Amino acid sequence: MSNVLEIEDLKVEFHTYRGIVKALNGVSLTVEKGEVLGLAGETGSGKSVTGLAIQRLLPGNAVIAGGKIMFDGKDLLKLKEEEMNKIRGKEVTAVFQDPHTYLNPVFRMRDQFRDILLINDREIASIKDKREREKAVDDRIIQMLTEVQMPAPERVAKMFPHELSGGMKQRMMLAMAFSLRPKLIIADEPTTALDVTIQAQVLELMKSLQRKYDTSVILITHDLGVIAETCRKIAVMYAGRVIEMGNIDSVYSKPLHPYTQGLMRALPRADKDLKVEGIGGSVPDLVELPPGCPFHPRCPRAMEVCRKVNPKTLHIDGRVVECHLYDEEIEGRVA
Amino acid sequence: MMEAVSVSGPEKTETEGNILVRVEGLRKWFPILGGVLQRTIGYVYAVEDATFNIKSAETFALVGESGSGKTTVGLMLAKLEPPTAGKIFFRAKDVSKLSSSETKWYRKKVQMVFQDPYASLNPRMLIKDTILEVMKVHKIGGSNNYDRAVELMTRVGLSEEHLYRYPHELSGGQRQRAVLARALCVEPEFIILDEPTASLDVSVQAQVLDLLKSLQNEFHYTYLLITHNLAVVRYISDRTVVMYRGMWVESSPTRELFGRAEHPYTQALLASVPIPEPRSTARELLRGEPPNPTERVKACPFTDRCPYVMPICSEKIPPVTQINESHQVRCWLTVKK
Repeated sequence: MSNVLEIEDLKVEFHTYRGIVKALNGVSLTVEKGEVLGLAGETGSGKSVTGLAIQRLLPGNAVIAGGKIMFDGKDLLKLKEEEMNKIRGKEVTAVFQDPHTYLNPVFRMRDQFRDILLINDREIASIKDKREREKAVDDRIIQMLTEVQMPAPERVAKMFPHELSGGMKQRMMLAMAFSLRPKLIIADEPTTALDVTIQAQVLELMKSLQRKYDTSVILITHDLGVIAETCRKIAVMYAGRVIEMGNIDSVYSKPLHPYTQGLMRALPRADKDLKVEGIGGSVPDLVELPPGCPFHPRCPRAMEVCRKVNPKTLHIDGRVVECHLYDEEIEGRVA
Repeated sequence: MMEAVSVSGPEKTETEGNILVRVEGLRKWFPILGGVLQRTIGYVYAVEDATFNIKSAETFALVGESGSGKTTVGLMLAKLEPPTAGKIFFRAKDVSKLSSSETKWYRKKVQMVFQDPYASLNPRMLIKDTILEVMKVHKIGGSNNYDRAVELMTRVGLSEEHLYRYPHELSGGQRQRAVLARALCVEPEFIILDEPTASLDVSVQAQVLDLLKSLQNEFHYTYLLITHNLAVVRYISDRTVVMYRGMWVESSPTRELFGRAEHPYTQALLASVPIPEPRSTARELLRGEPPNPTERVKACPFTDRCPYVMPICSEKIPPVTQINESHQVRCWLTVKK
């Protein structure tokens, strides 16, 4: 299968008054066509920065210190801003956690949606006759709102964002994101602000639209349950690196990296009684990363070598893992 | 304006002696002000009926989605919002009738921990000063207060050095521990935990939950856990009441609730929780969204979304059905059975 997105050794730094925050320290991942990749990790692991870097929406104090983001055969990091504008919001679109901050509060939904279509949809924008063009816009909006199962689409189109509930806003974001038939959607914690019953509806909707249009999706979330319900592949991030990536069946049933193992054990479950166990310590300071494997200060199986040498990226049974335990060249390891 | 609404609650099966907090028909309506004169033009009927009792040294969970009224119930229990109607008894004392010295006693016995520990700590005070101030206000100890603060910090898994930090110098988990230390410094009996781990990462959440459990084992605190996270409920609570649109709909020991939920809403809620285990079977999805809180609840509030809806459901509020001595549900389906 062809890859829509290939990120290679991406490094992003933020220049702050405290020093250089190394947010991404060599992220590599791939997303196939029509695939939903779950990007998991805790606060500060770099999952959102990865999403923003793909869209080239990093804040001004961010510096890309290396790496490549190959999208559809082009390196996004080398494109000029005008070229990037043609991709962003059209071929790569986004769904964010808090739609309230991304929808303009003073415009009706129709007008905001119209802007998106007129700027990005060449077919609609090229209609000369004004009345016909507006009709094409309205038709497309109603069609998309119907597709996201919005109740009373005609009425909702005339509403302001504050008149929509959280679930309806997120449906609106999905309608906007899918309306241009993008190749890739970056959904950053799209259901975190929603109640569980609404979350289930929105995830189900996203899955069905994604299948219908064969869209690739990167689902960024801290919730391993959401990933298990939605994705086929998972990439677990820690301190700005992907430390484990693979098919969800294999990663959930037999996590390899001690951090992934710890995460799975830390999760209380609603479906069974389970003793949970936290991971001791806290995430490393990205200004002063520890030498060697960034997880070694918290790792229950840390060895001498982990304190000194960065682990290599290993490929085991179609899975990617960065841990000395599985490196055959390391002596004294007990995998 | 206040028409009589039948208030029904779980039968009292426990002896009063074991019960620390009893809540009866608690209601809270927030007025909506409008117009030039800022007159009341309507109400947000946040809580219509909350009825439950909490036993000493147990963890009692109040579960519901946003708008279910669970946080408002917590605020009323902490005496931060006066109820519109209904009664709260703490150790069989009517909380609304406490004298001012009794109120001070109540505020000491009942402590609250909020979701966002950063918002509940003064950013310009050292953790030490935050804790010592609370002890001073409640006239606790004297010269050995500092030693007490150190001891509390160790109790919550922090150390003396953390007393000399500002809130922004602590991580999320450490801040929540510091908030807990502050709550514990007045020797409370009853601690209201409003989404205590919602802002924490999972690896840290597990640590905090275990800390809460071990503190309870050692010091026999009674917890009211307010949360939407059912996995957390299953992990630490003994009994649970489920709320929907301001009304309690099911009350049961937690173990039984997860094994045998009777109310269709509880069942749907349990089925909606994403399980961190890949599976092939599709989930039963609940349609629709919770009803508008500016309208009174006149029938079962779940009618619009319920897969088993019957004509009677939209006519009357369902009465309480006793499934067994500790499990109650409010649903016409169980009445019919």
